Amino acid sequence: MNRLKLPPWLVLLLPAIIILSAVVLIPLVLSLYSSFTSYRLTRPDSIFNWVGFFNYEKALTDVKFWAAFGRTVLLLTVALNLEMLFGLGLALMVSKVTQGQRLLRTMMMFPMMFSPILVGFQFKFIFNDNVGLVNNALQSLGITDQAIPWLVDGHLAMFSIIFAEIWTATSVFGILILAGLYAIPRDPLEAAKVDGCTAWQSFRYVTLPFLMPFIYIAMAIRSLDVARAYDIVQIMTNGGPARRTELLWTLIGRTGYVDARMGYANAMGYISIFLAIFFTIYFFKKLTQSRKELGMGA
Amino acid sequence: MASNLNHRVRRHTLKGLHFFGLFTAMMVLCVPGLWIVLNSFRPTVEIMAKPPVWIPNDLNLDHYRAMFSGIGEGGVPVLTYFANSLVISVTSTVIALLIGMAGGYAFARYKFNFKGGMFVGLMVTRAVPGVALSLPLFILFARIGIIDTHFGLILAYVALNVPFTIWLIDGFFRQVPPELAEAAEIDGCTRWQAFWRVEFPVARAGIASAGIFAFLTSWNEYALASQLTRSTTSKTMPVGLLDFTSEFTLNWGGMCALAVLMIIPALILTFLVQKHLIAGLTFGGVKG
Repeated sequence: MNRLKLPPWLVLLLPAIIILSAVVLIPLVLSLYSSFTSYRLTRPDSIFNWVGFFNYEKALTDVKFWAAFGRTVLLLTVALNLEMLFGLGLALMVSKVTQGQRLLRTMMMFPMMFSPILVGFQFKFIFNDNVGLVNNALQSLGITDQAIPWLVDGHLAMFSIIFAEIWTATSVFGILILAGLYAIPRDPLEAAKVDGCTAWQSFRYVTLPFLMPFIYIAMAIRSLDVARAYDIVQIMTNGGPARRTELLWTLIGRTGYVDARMGYANAMGYISIFLAIFFTIYFFKKLTQSRKELGMGA
Repeated sequence: MASNLNHRVRRHTLKGLHFFGLFTAMMVLCVPGLWIVLNSFRPTVEIMAKPPVWIPNDLNLDHYRAMFSGIGEGGVPVLTYFANSLVISVTSTVIALLIGMAGGYAFARYKFNFKGGMFVGLMVTRAVPGVALSLPLFILFARIGIIDTHFGLILAYVALNVPFTIWLIDGFFRQVPPELAEAAEIDGCTRWQAFWRVEFPVARAGIASAGIFAFLTSWNEYALASQLTRSTTSKTMPVGLLDFTSEFTLNWGGMCALAVLMIIPALILTFLVQKHLIAGLTFGGVKG
């Protein structure tokens, strides 16, 4: 009887492992299988129609797929970097304030409470060419007398989406970097001052290295749900105009549910899953590495 | 003398720039949200007015009244959605918290092989994009027959929240010195009692904030809910927002009112935990 006794850590982790296998792993295995079939929602028996790597070949030779792939990577790179920079700037500005910091911190967290889909609707409203806040303001100020088609023009639509995405996530970076700024020990900064460092030098060589773990935590958290941009894009433009803002996720959603071509959609889904997993592992690696450099590793 | 003046001018410009930058940043962060709140009180005529009406001259509760009585355009059953959201979010949070506590405790207190790999492995399950996961989940749930039920969505949200809950709670248990529990065990407590009487109360605030974080994730989730729910029996509020849209028109006022209803609980909860949340993320991550 005692031979079957499991180690305590495994017993404690077992519920988590079971639920994650049931809801994440098993469906993923199923979708891996169906990505090798010509499964269509409308014809359930087509799930037994094995087509080998056909769906993957189709995806990899599809111009639309690569356009969406490139756009997704571009959006993630631009958005994550800008969020990091803005968050850093915001945190530095707030940390320099002497009075009312609590209020500022609270205001900073405001966008974090908005559901991504709500952010989508909110910016669809604000960038609306007819009744939106942005166009109304521009027209009232006399900057332009024409309605700027924010969500109808391809480039402007991409800009609007990036703006919405940055709006939601900058505070995540801001709040975490601010926590990092509070935790910086004073001695190295004073030593830098005594040694005659300029403000920029002490920021670059003392403050920034110390903040890096905090930046990587924010990056790791963000990489866990970058796909939340799907909600925003789907509401704001739904991939349009003329697929100019089509991302991997909207393309997958459309292929799977609207065209009902589940097998093909799952094949593309797998490629996007690997993209997400790559980002996550990359930032968790960076996180442990920068921790070790600061001597905080376990 | 000249350098002194120069210095003072520079300090004043810096101060001015700092104030200006901070002011702009806060405006950008707050105005879009406040715009939604404002429009939920304005009549549709005024929202659509051209040229725009900048100073509202007619604020009323019409959109809220229409929303709650279900007689608005399309008659959106907001109260049902609210109840669905509440039941699903609360239940999935409680379950995720229990599972997360067990898992987090295991990571914080025990040493085992492949610990780091296992941790990242758990986190990676969270990174699977909702839309990619929703396709196979939809097929699977349809087969079992739990599409459009509370149970199905609760199951999905528990799995969604467990990795992050483990990460947070792991961090909180690490802050509790292991000596505390050891002392309790020497004094005759069992391991379970030591956990329940000593370690749990110390980490309680942190666990509560992990719970609120999980609640907000479920409360705001859309990609999965939009596929796994079909009717009013299980639709949540984020999905309900779409009821205000039709082929060519959008009832902005009504949508803003529902948005405010969604934000209020989130607002209150976030304020309650903001301090613990930051501490949890940074300690869990940095001192880990």
